[in-house]
This record gives sequence, C-alpha cells and structure tokens, in this order.
Amino acid sequence: MALILVLIAVGSVAFHLLSPWWWTPIASNWSYIDTTLIITFWITGAVFTAIVLFMAYCLWRFRHRPGRRAAYEPERPRLEAWLTVVTALGIAAMLAPGLAVWSQFVRAPADAAEVEILAQQWRWSFRLPGADGRLGAADIRHVGDDNPLGLDPGDLAGQDDLVVDGGDLHLALGRPVKLLMRSYDVVHNFYVPEFRAKMDIIPGMVTHVWLTPSRTGTFEAICNEVCGTNHYAMRGRVVVEDEPAFRSWLDQQTAVSQRAARSTGMREAGMRRSATNKR
Amino acid sequence: MSDAITGPQDGSALLPEADELYHPHSWWTRYVFSQDAKVIAIQYSGTALAIGFVALILSWLIRLQLGFPGLAAFIGPAEYYQLITMHGMIMVVYLLTAVFLGGFGNYLIPLMLGARDMVFPYLNMLSYWIYLLAVLVLVVSFFAPGGPTGAGWTLYPPQAILAGTPGQEWGIVLMLISLILFIAGFTMGGVNYIVTVLQARAPGMTLMRMPLTIWGIFTATILALLAFPALFVGAVMMLLDRLLGTSFFMPAILEAGQRLRYGGGSPILFQHLFWFFGHPEVYIVALPAFGIVSDLISTHARKNIFGYRMMVWAIVAIGALSFVVWAHHMYVSGMNPYFGFFFATTTLIIAIPTAIKVYNWVLTLWRGDIHLTVPMLFAIAFIVTFLNGGLTGLFLGNVVVDVPLSDTMFVVAHFHMVMGVAPILVIFGGIYHWYPKVTGRMLDARLGQVHFWITFIGAYAIFFPMHYLGLLGVPRRYYETAGLGFVPPSAQSLNAFISLVAFVVGAAQVVFLFNILRSLKHGAPAGGNPWHATTLEWQTPETPPPHGNWGPTLPVVYRWPYDYSVPGAPEDFLPQNQPDPAHAGAVP
Ligand code: HEM
Ligand SMILES: [Cu+2]
Ligand SMILES: [Cu+2]
Repeated sequence: MALILVLIAVGSVAFHLLSPWWWTPIASNWSYIDTTLIITFWITGAVFTAIVLFMAYCLWRFRHRPGRRAAYEPERPRLEAWLTVVTALGIAAMLAPGLAVWSQFVRAPADAAEVEILAQQWRWSFRLPGADGRLGAADIRHVGDDNPLGLDPGDLAGQDDLVVDGGDLHLALGRPVKLLMRSYDVVHNFYVPEFRAKMDIIPGMVTHVWLTPSRTGTFEAICNEVCGTNHYAMRGRVVVEDEPAFRSWLDQQTAVSQRAARSTGMREAGMRRSATNKR
Repeated sequence: MSDAITGPQDGSALLPEADELYHPHSWWTRYVFSQDAKVIAIQYSGTALAIGFVALILSWLIRLQLGFPGLAAFIGPAEYYQLITMHGMIMVVYLLTAVFLGGFGNYLIPLMLGARDMVFPYLNMLSYWIYLLAVLVLVVSFFAPGGPTGAGWTLYPPQAILAGTPGQEWGIVLMLISLILFIAGFTMGGVNYIVTVLQARAPGMTLMRMPLTIWGIFTATILALLAFPALFVGAVMMLLDRLLGTSFFMPAILEAGQRLRYGGGSPILFQHLFWFFGHPEVYIVALPAFGIVSDLISTHARKNIFGYRMMVWAIVAIGALSFVVWAHHMYVSGMNPYFGFFFATTTLIIAIPTAIKVYNWVLTLWRGDIHLTVPMLFAIAFIVTFLNGGLTGLFLGNVVVDVPLSDTMFVVAHFHMVMGVAPILVIFGGIYHWYPKVTGRMLDARLGQVHFWITFIGAYAIFFPMHYLGLLGVPRRYYETAGLGFVPPSAQSLNAFISLVAFVVGAAQVVFLFNILRSLKHGAPAGGNPWHATTLEWQTPETPPPHGNWGPTLPVVYRWPYDYSVPGAPEDFLPQNQPDPAHAGAVP
C-alpha cells in the first residue's frame, strides 16, 4: 500500500507535467484567471504530494509487526493550532488574488462596446449597435416572423442595430466588449474556451459578461448549460479581427430598418433611419 | 415504546425490562414489516445497493458513448441525457443518502449508543417503505411513455418541463413525485435518528463519548432535515408549474415560435432552492463518511483518533458552514455577481475544518500499529481520493478560477472524486468492517483485496485524468464532442482509456457482490469482536444481535470510544463498557 501511495503521488505529478492536455492558448484579457489557477495548482499540488507521501511513510514505518504497540496520544493542541494557521495562510494565498481578479470581472469598463447575444434552442443570434452605439430595447412580446429578436418597434435606438442571425459574431481586437445575453426559452450558457469567460443566459432577464479579445482568430462558442436534447450541438463561432477588418464586416451587415423595409410594420421608421446607417 | 427510552443521566432508574419491547409475532413482522432498526437497516442498504447497481450500469452506457461515440446505436442524444440524469440522481440521493443514513444510521445508532432500538420504531418502518415506494416510482419512470427525464440531475427549469427535453411527458413528473416521497420518508427516519441520539443513549454515554461515526450521522441528519425541505418546496412548485400551469419558475417563454402560457416566474429561484439543498447534500453524504472513516482508521491502526474534540467541532463547524456556501454552484448563473465575493470566502473557509480532519486522520496513523485489513485499505484510499477532490474544490470554490472550469469535465472529475468515489470507498470499508457483526461471519479477505485494488486504482485512473479534459475546455453533459476544434484527437483516446477502465471497475463490483452472498453461508465465523474494537456494537452479548440488542440489562459506558493501546492496559483495547479505573484513558 505504501508503495502504491508513492506511485500515486509521483504519478499524479508526472501526469500533470507531461500530459498533452492543457488549456487552450488564451485569447482575451483574462490571463489573470490563468495566473490564479496556476497558483492554486502549485499550492494544492504541494499539499497533495506532501500528505500522500507522509501517509505512505506512516504506513510503511508503523506497519504491524508482532509485539508492536501504538502510542497513546489523544491530542496535541500546539500542533493542531499550527496546522490550522498554516492552512488558513495557504487558503488566503489563493483567495486574495482570486477575489482581486473577480472584482475586475464584475465591473465592465464604461467604454466597453455592447453586443447582444440571443440564445434559443439550439442556435445563436447576435445584435450589434448601429452608428448611435446603443442597442434598442427588445422584448419577447415583439417577436414575430420578421422580428426574430423581438426588437421594440417603438424604440428608435433599435432601428440601426445590426442583426446577425445564423452567422458568426465578429469582435474587434483589443476593444473591450460587454456581452448582453438573453434567452426566450430555457437556460443556456455562452462559452468560448479561449476567452476563459462564460455566463449563463436566463430567460426573463439579461445577464452579461465582459472581456477584451487579445488575439485574432476564429474561435468556437459553445452552449455550456444543458438546454435540451440538442444542447451538445448548439455551437457558434466568434471571429476576432483587427479594427479595419471588423469595420468592413460591420458594413456588410444589414440594419434592422433595412430588413423591416422589406416587410410591413416598421417601414416608415426604417426609411427615416436608413440614411444614418451608411457609414 | 417511549418507556424504553433511557435518558443519559437518569438512565439507571429507567432500565427497561426486556419484555417491554415490542416483539414481532410472525415471520412477516420479523423480516418484512419489521420495526427492528437492524432489519430496517438491511432493507435500506439492500434496496439502495440494488438501485445503485442500476446506476452503475447506466454509467457504463454513458462511458460507452463518451469513449466510443456512435458504437451503441441505441444511445441517441435524448437517451444520453436520460442516462446521465438518472445515473446522477440515483447515485446521489437514492444510493448514497439512503445507505449512509437509512443503512449505517439505522444499524449503528442504537448499537453504538447502547440503545435497544430507535425511539419510534413504527415510524422507522414507515420510513423504509416510503423510501421503497420512491424507488419504485423512479423505476417506473424508465418505462413511462417518453422515458425518464433527461433534464440533468439538477432539473433546472424551464427546460426540465419543456418539450425540448426528453422525458417531459411523464419522466419529470414521476421524478418530482419520487423526490417528494423520498423526502417524506427520509424525514420520518431523520426525526428518529435525532431523537434517539439525544434521548436513548446508554448510561454514561455522554455526547463527548459518542464515536465519531455517530457524530457524523447525527450532524448529517440535522443537515438533511434542514436542507431537504428546500428541495421539497422546489419539487412541489415545479410540479405545479408542469401540471397546473402555474409560473413559479417560468418566465414568458417561446416554444417553436409559440408563446406559452407562462410568465413572471424566476428560473434562478429554483437554482437557489436546489443548491440550498444540493450543497448540504454533499455533506449529508460526507459527514457520515468522515465519521466512519475515523473509526475504521482508529480501530485498525490500534490508536486513538488524533484530536477527538477537534474532530467533533470540525464536523459541527462544517455542518453549520455548509448552509452558507450554496451559491458557489451558481457563480456563472447570472445571479448578482457581487454574491461571488461572499460565497467564495465562505467556501474557502470551510476548507479549514475539512483540512483539519484530513490532518487528524493522517496523524492517527503516525506511531500507530497499522493493520492493513480490507476495511483499513478502503479507509486509506478514501483519504487519498477525498484529499484530491477536496483540493480541486479549492479551484471551483475560488470564484474566478471557477469561471473557465464550471460545467466542464473538471467539475465532473472533482465531484466524482469527492462525493462519488470517496464515500463509496467508505461504504465498502464499512461493509467489510461491520458485516461480521451483521451476519456473524467474515467476508473473504482475498476477494476483498481484489475488489479493493481494482476499485481504488481504477477509480483514480478514471477520474484523475478527466480533470485535464476539463482544463482543455471539454464541456460536461455533451453527447459528443466531435467537431469541436479545441478538442484534439488525443482527447478522444483518453476518453476511450477512461471508458475501458470504467468497464473493469464496474465488473469488479461483481466480486464484491459474490463475496457478500457467499460469505453469508461460507464465511469464517467472526465471533463477537473480530477487530478487537472498543465501541459498544462489538460488545453485544450475542452476534448477530437479536431484537433488543442487549439482553436483560443495558450496557453502562465508562470511557470514550478510542482507548486503544492505553499504556499499561493488558490488551491493546479497552471497550467503552469496561470499568477498569486503573487504566482510565487520558480523555474522559
Ligand atoms: C465507476 C463509477 C462511475 C462512473 C464511471 C461515472 C461516470 C459518469 C459520467 C461519465 C457522467 C457524465 C458526465 C457528463 O458528461 O456530464 C457522470 C455524471 C454524474 N455522476 Fe457519475 N460515475 C460513477 C459513479 C458515480 C457516483 C458514485 C456518484 C455519486 C455521487 C456519481 C454521481 C454523478 C452525478 C451527480 C453526475 C451528474 C449527472 C448530471 O450531469 O446531471 N457518479 N458520471
Ligand atoms: Cu443551449
Ligand atoms: Cu457545494
């Protein structure tokens, strides 16, 4: 048994060091999360190895032999106090950086661009603000065949919004972005492993998460909260590109007003606003 | 029955006559509708292990799909989600909770405390039969139209009761009814355990002389009585949402383009209720395991448990703290993110008493006289897996580190280590340890060794590498990961390896089953106290103990339960009911 415990301790460390499975290269500002994770790995790894090896030593050193008798030693308050203090310090060493990073995580910068993500069984749609930089209001009551995202026809701020229904979401490199997320059916979760950030999407409310893309590329976005039979197939893509490429992608998107212009209902408002959409 | 109660102080005055006990009159009332806690314990354990085997087979099917996607044509996405849901729910509630409290609790509380039986035997019997009914309703849901629910064991609404989730027709309804029954049945048993511990201890058995097993079960029962009502309420409300169209948890919803007649409810409210139950549930399973493992280590290392009082306070502290950490399961749920500061802090604080327990187990080994019996092997394996799972809990509790890891395979690996494998190892260890008392015969040690090594090494090989899949970003509850660019092909090889090991570990449980059945007839006779243990259950006049446990007079307790290797004492153990003032231990 003692030998097996040594093998487990050594094997686990070796696996950790040699395993080819490690996190994906980061593509956002949340490298602090990785740092905290590494600190945690070091502290917990040291504790695990030390305790398992100590146990292995005890099992070997104090194994039963004829005539052996155990010591009688109910308590040692000094030792117990020491161990408590050292543990508390170790815990604090992990918690402090963790909370410091969390306080950044919960406060989106004021200049972050807003992007809306609408999750539905089992697909993603996105909405970006138009020239006014503001997303118009939306509500489940307004959803219709020509208004899948449920934009409020009375809110002029929404007329120039750009809707990406079925395509990829593009983000500009280095620009903080606040993802505002809604759902009209069940709970979903938007997760891009390379961004490290994720957040649930709850019907009936708007949740959000923020990040700054730090690397160009195309990344997979997956749903990470079980949402029914095709949960595993609810996938999307995020393209991070530099500012000019992002601009030209934006120009190709159609504004709400232009879509509406093709149908009825929002025609008038659409005519009025479409001019401002041409950048 | 209440006149059979013996208070701790005035016990001597109230010693009941043996014939005051309720006595069974027929085979039926003796073995089937029995009111004897020991029979009820066996009924509980048997039922729980049987349904647990079902959950084990379900885990095989899950692993079949994950390791070799598409090989089993009958597992489509809907079936996959049904498999994981039923596997998880059965394991956590119907196996672990039932075995620890209904099984070990019923058997050990009266015996270890020197009582004749539980205080309310009739209620105790009812508790089992309602539990059985709950299990049967759960089993029926497998055969209901549409199959069992596939909502995940967390049953989050709205999806749990909408058409996009398998089992929406009957599965979810039967699941909720089954949970409601389980909780009702458990409450009857739980009240019993608490009153028995408080009121029916043998003379001299003060609270601080109770074995840690009893402290663990007692505290866990209190937690369960406080936590299960939250799930009960959640289940009732969801049932109303599903059947009567109320909207407790249902906001306005579009389904296939149609507005459903729901509105105004809060899905997050359910999550709070669920985890207000769900987190203490971890400790409802873990605290009895802590207690049992302490007693196994102490007995088989022939040494007193190190720091008994600290151990008791740690159990109580963990129990209390476990009610203020629930939302660490909801860091990315969309709740107010500022909650994260509070719940991360409480969660990491709870690690301190937990760590103390680990230190004290290990320090009990120090300068012991360690017999590597089969129960001891399981106890040591528990420390390793629990330590591992507890440490990864620090990742998930530290709010910001949880963000990338939550709902990935890292979480699956973590909770299997800490509340799957670790408690199961204790259950096995406990069965190897107490089987001789229950049956009068020893389990075969060689078969036990085979069972142990395959289970321990196998379980570690299954769940340790799984953490790294989660780190990579592989999500949990995914029917298949094919097509995900960030998952390299080597991850699939790892999955296949994990599945192969899982098949072997599952098969090894047949050895255990065989051992249990064979030893009933062919096991070596055990005698009354084969492990030379100090606690009262080993001091009964007869083995297996008959109804009433103690013959004409109750035992009287003179010492704490850990007087092993007391200097100068003739043997290396002094039973709790042995006066011997010359060798009173250092602790009362
Ligand atoms: C050999 C033993 C076991 C194996 C191989 C196994 C395997 C698995 C697998 C593959 C999953 C699905 C992971 C996912 O994709 O989400 C799972 C889920 C789960 N298992 Fe186990 N398991 C075992 C024993 C246990 C035990 C003893 C428990 C008791 C706590 C347990 C509790 C759960 C729970 C709660 C879930 C989550 C279900 C859900 O996502 O709704 N398992 N298990
Ligand atoms: Cu989804
Ligand atoms: Cu928890």
